[in-house]
Amino acid sequence: MHEMGIASSIVDTVTAEAQKRPGTRLLAVGLRLGEVSGVSAEALEFCFQSLVKGTELEPIGLEIERSPRRHRCPQCGCEFDVVDYDPTCPKCGEFSTALISGDEMEIVYLEVEDG
Amino acid sequence: MSRVSVKRKVLKENDRIAGDLRTGFRSRNMLTLNLISSPGSGKTSLLEQSLRRLPRGIRAAVLTGDIETDNDAKRLSPFGFPVKQITTGGACHLDAQMVERGLASLGAQDIDVLFIENVGNLVCPASFDLGEACKIVVLSVTEGEDKPLKYPATFVKADLVVLNKIDLLPYVPFDISRARENAKRIHPGIDILEVSCTTGQGIDEWLRWVEKRLQAARGAVPREG
Repeated sequence: MHEMGIASSIVDTVTAEAQKRPGTRLLAVGLRLGEVSGVSAEALEFCFQSLVKGTELEPIGLEIERSPRRHRCPQCGCEFDVVDYDPTCPKCGEFSTALISGDEMEIVYLEVEDG
Repeated sequence: MSRVSVKRKVLKENDRIAGDLRTGFRSRNMLTLNLISSPGSGKTSLLEQSLRRLPRGIRAAVLTGDIETDNDAKRLSPFGFPVKQITTGGACHLDAQMVERGLASLGAQDIDVLFIENVGNLVCPASFDLGEACKIVVLSVTEGEDKPLKYPATFVKADLVVLNKIDLLPYVPFDISRARENAKRIHPGIDILEVSCTTGQGIDEWLRWVEKRLQAARGAVPREG
């Protein structure tokens, strides 16, 4: 259950961003969470909402976009989404392909109330 | 309503400390290995074997993490190398700050190989960079051979699987070739070694792997002075 620590880091970042924008409301924070980041979106959302409850940030949404596990083939350069745990290059059949994304955990945007 | 783009890693504070640790390890020509596994797969047993049989002249040190007790530090202390227990007091993984403090408590002694034994957990430790040169998963044959598929985040980030307790293979329905295949499906470049910490089988090969990595760590940055 490391999602609480991760949610707490998100709250810290969002709080710092809110302080940079006095007078504006943050409506949502957008998060990109890789398929192999090892983080449960549901647990993260629960922890995030528990942490912001009763704070100045409330109400704020956590919008999670899952990003697929992507590999690159060292032989032909093809980049592809890995489906059913099969890392084989769909173009040339090479098995030893390497992860290029899908393990990320990043804050990508903030939804800010205009005005 | 407008959308403001921000691009920030969620664990940026952990990653910053881990980055500083990594720079420090490199400048000291140290090899740092982060051992991750389920509880009971044999991380401490592998370290016992390693400290007992490490080639002469290699100076090792251990930071061992657990939620409670200093039992592991006690087990690893008789070998004459510095060992510090990190008690997380509830946290299910080590983070970079705990390692920074643990390293400080080891003092300024010369270390060639620093073993970090993470808290027994195959999920959470994967998210926290500790500044290590590589992550190593210890998997034992009394577990399921589908663990790489069930816990991909850890295997994706590991350079090596140490498959432990192979002396028990005659007694358990563990399909070793399927375990290898599953690990490769998650991470095609991963190395796999088979060992038994009870009989000592495969330990020499494991120590050769460590030595090779140590040579690479030393070669990565020219020695100071």
